[in-house]
Amino acid sequence: MTQSGRKQKVKQHVIEEWTGKIVTSFCIVLLVVIIFSMVYFVATKGLSAFFKDGLKLSEIFGTTWKPDGEPPLFGALPFIIGSFSTSLLAAVIAAPLGISAALFMVEIMPNIGRKYLQPVIELLAGIPSVVYGFVGLSVIVPLYRDIFPGQGLGIAAGATVLSIMILPTITSIATDALASLPAGLKEGSYALGATRWQTLSRTVIPTTLPALMTGIVLGMARAFGEALAVQMVIGNAPHIPHSLFESTSTLTSVITLSMGNTVMGSMQNNVLWTLAFILMMMTFVFVFVVRWLERRAQR
Amino acid sequence: MQNIELSTKDLSVFYGEKQAVKHISLDFAAKQVTALIGPSGCGKSTFLRSLNRMNDLIEGSRITGEIWIGDENINDPKTDVVLLRQRIGMVWQRPNPFHKSIYENIAFGPRYHGIRDRKKLDQIVEESLIKAALWEETKDRLNQSALSLSGGQQQSLCIARSIAVSPSIILMDEPSSALDPVSSAKIEELIAELKQEFCIIIVTHNMQQAARVSDRTAFFLMGELVEYDDTNMIFTNPSDQRTDDYISGRFG
Repeated sequence: MTQSGRKQKVKQHVIEEWTGKIVTSFCIVLLVVIIFSMVYFVATKGLSAFFKDGLKLSEIFGTTWKPDGEPPLFGALPFIIGSFSTSLLAAVIAAPLGISAALFMVEIMPNIGRKYLQPVIELLAGIPSVVYGFVGLSVIVPLYRDIFPGQGLGIAAGATVLSIMILPTITSIATDALASLPAGLKEGSYALGATRWQTLSRTVIPTTLPALMTGIVLGMARAFGEALAVQMVIGNAPHIPHSLFESTSTLTSVITLSMGNTVMGSMQNNVLWTLAFILMMMTFVFVFVVRWLERRAQR
Repeated sequence: MQNIELSTKDLSVFYGEKQAVKHISLDFAAKQVTALIGPSGCGKSTFLRSLNRMNDLIEGSRITGEIWIGDENINDPKTDVVLLRQRIGMVWQRPNPFHKSIYENIAFGPRYHGIRDRKKLDQIVEESLIKAALWEETKDRLNQSALSLSGGQQQSLCIARSIAVSPSIILMDEPSSALDPVSSAKIEELIAELKQEFCIIIVTHNMQQAARVSDRTAFFLMGELVEYDDTNMIFTNPSDQRTDDYISGRFG
């Protein structure tokens, strides 16, 4: 009786072990399959513009986007420039703000920071992008229209909206980085007679710099991929702007705007896939940069 | 006692309502090693940290009483802690080198205090490393990361780093308890060497270490000073029964 009971128990735990193994392996296989098939799908669709429709690589980097023209022109350079300039500018605006906010929360007012400010920042991350876009359209665009020449729509408005959107990403990663500073470093600096300013600028920030950069790059990646909010404030004119306040487009905004109006398999549709492919490749680059920064941080 | 470098009068430290250190009056002599011993939580580390005002960094801590260096009470709110900490170096239990090169670790403090001249800095780095007995091992790799050093070397580097701002007093909070026995012995040799020049106050859990390196020993218990005497006396003929119990291992 006792022996059979024991046998039963052993079996039970073997079953549990195997169920766990199978379920988790299934999930990871599913994830990998989804990711690879998406990459494959976007890549084949994106490259078919070159192989099937005879688009040349130089054409995609042209400056004129006229898919309905005769002959149709698919110069995507304005979108590539638009995407890069908005996300770079957004990072330039958001990085000092986010890192300073994190310094305040971790180093200067840790009690208030942890209790009240961090939840507020996290709340900021949960606001839907359409709300950001709407606020941008009804507040930031009119503001820029009044101050600067032009309609207010453009890279400046897009970058401003994006900078607010990526602020929580940069701030929360910077907060974690600062909070995980190796114990004793700050004390070591203070004990040498350093002021708080010297301690922060010469010990805390240099030591956590790779992690802070990770936050900035992840923020940029988010800005690069954001479509809706940008599309609402950038103006969507397919040309390279002469100023920050002139209407232009990004890779994401042109895809969302045109995808519904094209026929699957047509050349214009395939070119949009090419743009998506470029977007995806850039995101990969961002991920690799983050990986590289993390490896550097571990040294 | 001759040549008093640092003395405390009626020093108490509070964390919120809790009194961690109770009315301690102690004199520390120049060019001597003073060991602070006692069981965990007896307030000896807190006492040590209050001497260079590091407790200021802990929220809710409050220090009453006086700490005298020469004719200056450094527990005065008007005291410039930046200048004070230049005169009192500190070394911790875990080596905490900055994530920079060996050279930059040493040059760090002097830079804070306005020394920019490269030759002067080179000289300070060399002198500090020589004093910390680390020069021979590191002179060819000054530009390598300090994290590439072994634990014992890192601790020596931290000592060199605190020497570099030319303090007169060095506080050590269990400086060798995170190290292996060989490195630990090296740190003890270094302490014996350094006491020719500095007033050293060392907190240690290791009673043999206290007996080996210190000239005078103070025994703390529950935030109070039980006994303070020449190390020989404490370890051979303590006058208080509680000291006797502690050093003979009956508690703690």
